[in-house]
Amino acid sequence: MKAWLPGILLIAIVTLSAQAGIEVRQFPNPQLEQRYHSLIAELRCLVCQNQSLADSNADLAEDLRDEVYTMLLAGKSDREIVAFLVDRYGDFVLYRPPVKTITLLLWGAPFAALILGAFILWRIGRARRPGSVPPLTEEERKRLETLLNQDRKTQS
Amino acid sequence: MFKLKFLIPLGLFIGLVSLLAVGLKLNPREVPSPLIGKPAPTFELTSLQEPEVRLSSEMFKGKVSLLNVWASWCVACRQEHPYLLQLAREGVLIYGLDYKDTRTAGMRWLSTLGNPYQAVAFDEDGKAGIDWGVYGVPETFVINKQGVIRYKQIGPITPQVWKEKIAPLIAYLEKQP
Repeated sequence: MKAWLPGILLIAIVTLSAQAGIEVRQFPNPQLEQRYHSLIAELRCLVCQNQSLADSNADLAEDLRDEVYTMLLAGKSDREIVAFLVDRYGDFVLYRPPVKTITLLLWGAPFAALILGAFILWRIGRARRPGSVPPLTEEERKRLETLLNQDRKTQS
Repeated sequence: MFKLKFLIPLGLFIGLVSLLAVGLKLNPREVPSPLIGKPAPTFELTSLQEPEVRLSSEMFKGKVSLLNVWASWCVACRQEHPYLLQLAREGVLIYGLDYKDTRTAGMRWLSTLGNPYQAVAFDEDGKAGIDWGVYGVPETFVINKQGVIRYKQIGPITPQVWKEKIAPLIAYLEKQP
């Protein structure tokens, strides 16, 4: 028995099972096929939540791929198909959540962080800029001089 | 010197941690259903036990009821089943939707484990399940007298969920016209 044989078999099994979720579908034109693939890649499977309908092997994902396919063939628009799923499963089926009051924080937070960061940088920059320190008063200058002179005396 | 502004990062940190703590407690499998507050989706199915009897979503009108989505292949349904039997004995009106099952397996389930349902609609291809937004059996919907969905339980009904959520809701809905 050759050592590499189990490895080859394992690869064969893995690739076979990976193929299992993808049904063979007939499309009347390539545009429809293109739309089908982009739709199922954009929609989330609810059973295995970090996979799209295209990736998932779950029973429900299979059924929903069927639904998408049937609706495409029936001439439904992408928007109608997405609305069909959102009506049943909620916004969660969308990988790109819509902008709504409830998702305002989600969409707004990166911009808010950017503005906050820019503000902090601006404050730091202003504090370090030369000239931002006010000139010495007459009294302070005299004190500085005496201090420096003291230092010279001790050195000599 | 102690400046109050040094507390800002600490405040932000505490805010972030509490946000994440809440997020950690949420169950990501419980996706809120958009059907709550909407009329029960219509279906035209046959009865599981009597293939010639047609069942439609009209059956929910007039009384507060539950629709329990189950299947004979579903492990959590088996765990939930005795509790459903108990609720049915207490007089709760429960309808069933046998989801993506075979007639024989579904009927065997009812004859061996007992039947808590007023009627069971047989959804062989799962199309009605999709209309109801079913993604993980068992699921249970609470439907009011007008046939409007008021609550959805994802996963088995436990005594705790029943006491805290479903029973008070049913008591409230019973008082409504």
